[in-house]
Amino acid sequence: MGEIFVTAMTNMFPQAGHFALAVGGSSNFFEYAVSISPRLFEGLKMTIAMTVCSLILGILVGLLSCFCSISKSFILNKLSGAYLSIIRGTPLMVQATFIYFGLSAALNMPITSFTASIIVLMLNSGAYLSEIFRSGISAINKGQMEAARSLGLPHGVAMRKIILPQAFRIVIPSVTNQFIITLKDTSILSVIGVAEMMRQSQQLIANNFRAFETYAIVAVWYYVLVIILTKLFKLLERRLAN
Amino acid sequence: MIKVKVENLKKNFGSLEVLKDINMEVKEGEVVCLIGPSGSGKSTFLRCLNKLEEPTAGVIIVDDYDLMAKTSDINKIRENIGMVFQQFNLFPHLSVLQNIMLAPVDRKRMTKEQAEEKAKKLLDRVGLLEKADVYPASLSGGQQQRVAIARALAMEPDIMLFDEPTSALDPEMVGEVLEVMKQLAAEGMTMVVVTHEMGFAREVADRVVFMDGGYIVEEGTPEEVFGNPQNKRTQDFLNKVL
Repeated sequence: MGEIFVTAMTNMFPQAGHFALAVGGSSNFFEYAVSISPRLFEGLKMTIAMTVCSLILGILVGLLSCFCSISKSFILNKLSGAYLSIIRGTPLMVQATFIYFGLSAALNMPITSFTASIIVLMLNSGAYLSEIFRSGISAINKGQMEAARSLGLPHGVAMRKIILPQAFRIVIPSVTNQFIITLKDTSILSVIGVAEMMRQSQQLIANNFRAFETYAIVAVWYYVLVIILTKLFKLLERRLAN
Repeated sequence: MIKVKVENLKKNFGSLEVLKDINMEVKEGEVVCLIGPSGSGKSTFLRCLNKLEEPTAGVIIVDDYDLMAKTSDINKIRENIGMVFQQFNLFPHLSVLQNIMLAPVDRKRMTKEQAEEKAKKLLDRVGLLEKADVYPASLSGGQQQRVAIARALAMEPDIMLFDEPTSALDPEMVGEVLEVMKQLAAEGMTMVVVTHEMGFAREVADRVVFMDGGYIVEEGTPEEVFGNPQNKRTQDFLNKVL
């Protein structure tokens, strides 16, 4: 079955195979795609681990920053504002290299590239999630808070039981979006040497020079991953809507 | 016995003086209707009575609690002041029953079982027992407002505040809400009602208070205010609405 598929696809896209031969590959495109999949799978595990870890932490940081930004304290407002502005104002790659090479050297505290990448992605997604959460909370009609407070519920309880559950549903699409952005951003962390999918493909190319196919294949892997995630979140969204 | 005592109440929004000098008392079991043109400050005044609006100056005593004292626990005081809003403000993510049970259980007034029993009794009273398990979105405006009344009553308040409870309703649903309020008045509940329903005020109120321009311009029994208004502004207003 697999063989038939490969033959069929080779017939449909003969130039892909030719190109592979032209750049020195010994197998055609689809055989090559299969042959590098264990390597990419190793990368995929790392990509997913990074995405999930940094997003869980990012959600916590985002919530914290969001509460700071809506609190009545002037200092907390400013703190959250400064954090958002720094993250938004600097490129992810600069943040990553700064923390991994710069900060660890300056503090004389060597950290692994994985730890550095989690910190960077956490801070990065946290900033954007903070804004998403804030807009979700402010989208709730202020009558909801008033009704809760008029019943004698303290502000914190009203927030937890009335406002946040409603805001949660509103922000799911935007959080999905941030999830996807963070997933794709993990590829940038290949610059500090985390062995995620992008890094794995770069190492393959360093050995076999099959850049066109390798990058095309890794693009498909990312694409499929994003599609699956989107579907999962849509499912979650629908479940919560009921 | 005096339930509500207001002296020299002032409320500014920025440079706009909404309440200029309000003095009023409400006795136990009394039904007071606040009437007046829009912008006269009657809703703001009502919202000061449970401190949804922070008064700029003045004295407010509710149930012997001084609302303006820094040491007062506003949440504790609010437990005894029910409020019904123009826009109902039911919690859309909770079922009708959960809407009513939330505050009594959270504030430890009742156990879950007691609260459920109480909620069902109240729903029966407002004629919506069969709607206990549905969500607010599936109810008509009149039904939502009756649930909102039941929710406020679940805390067994001494005083009920109504902020234009029928203004957002389709005309054919006004009657069912007013009916519930009449019943409540007949049972001796102390009520302060901001309303445009002059028929209701005339029939149910013990006292009608006409507000204009941030002052109480005239007050008296419905017969006095509707039948023989003394003030020119009261006369103008009543000529327009009756």
